[in-house]
Amino acid sequence: MSHVDGNALAGDLREIFAVDLTAATGQCSGCGYKGPVASLRVYQSAPGTVARCPHCEEVVLRLVRGRDRAWLDLRGTVSLEIPLP
Amino acid sequence: MPIVSPGFTGRRQSPDVQLPPGQYLAEDFPVLTAGPTPRVPTDRWQFTINTEAGQRYDWSWQQLVELPAEKITTDIHCVTKWSKLGTRWKGVSLDVLLEDVETAADFALVQSYGGYTTNLPLEDLVDGQAWIAYRYDGDELTPEHGGPARLLVPHLYFWKSAKWVRGIQLLLEDEPGFWESAGYHDYGDPWREQRYQGD
Repeated sequence: MSHVDGNALAGDLREIFAVDLTAATGQCSGCGYKGPVASLRVYQSAPGTVARCPHCEEVVLRLVRGRDRAWLDLRGTVSLEIPLP
Repeated sequence: MPIVSPGFTGRRQSPDVQLPPGQYLAEDFPVLTAGPTPRVPTDRWQFTINTEAGQRYDWSWQQLVELPAEKITTDIHCVTKWSKLGTRWKGVSLDVLLEDVETAADFALVQSYGGYTTNLPLEDLVDGQAWIAYRYDGDELTPEHGGPARLLVPHLYFWKSAKWVRGIQLLLEDEPGFWESAGYHDYGDPWREQRYQGD
């Protein structure tokens, strides 16, 4: 099953965070790899969106959209470094 | 009264077919995955049941396929809203695998190669409700559909039927799995449309 890159997260994350988070630098809790959210491997043919570390393939982000809510699970992310204007 | 009768072509063509609420009928078999597809050779495959007391029960691939198997024809319902009717599987009932397992557990956390997990009450895995399936539609189960073996629990949404199954941890307390900890319903009964937490 193929994946797309983390730019595919832009719309969903912008809706929740009101800024484009794909330029933020995330750190993987599995291997410590640091890289832009846009570099994640994103699987969308699933009950939710799953983003994995490009280095170790650990799940760093899960996003589930319900009817009137979204669940964002970031337990695989140590931190997000977000550029500010 | 229609002039042209659809004829006796079976349930698949019937306009009267009953689907769970919110579902539509799929003719193909969509492939859903939350990560890279694990490829597990059967000579390295193992299925393990761990009890809450730390007891461990293992089966090799050869041991699994030598157990009494059943042919199962069942409807399946994915939480992404497709349903597929009359799917045909072959596998070993969890009743067979759990027969000699001593446990006081009420819950199970199913674990897969690749790291996926899903939870369900142990009572939903017994009494002819769940199988370790290794054939689909007369052929070996392909890796895309969870081969070499997947859990089959067709009375719950299909995310509970874990692909690439490698074991079950029996638990005294419920522990949410991969999707259940990210917004999906803990139980997932398609007839009660238990898609998300709070449904």
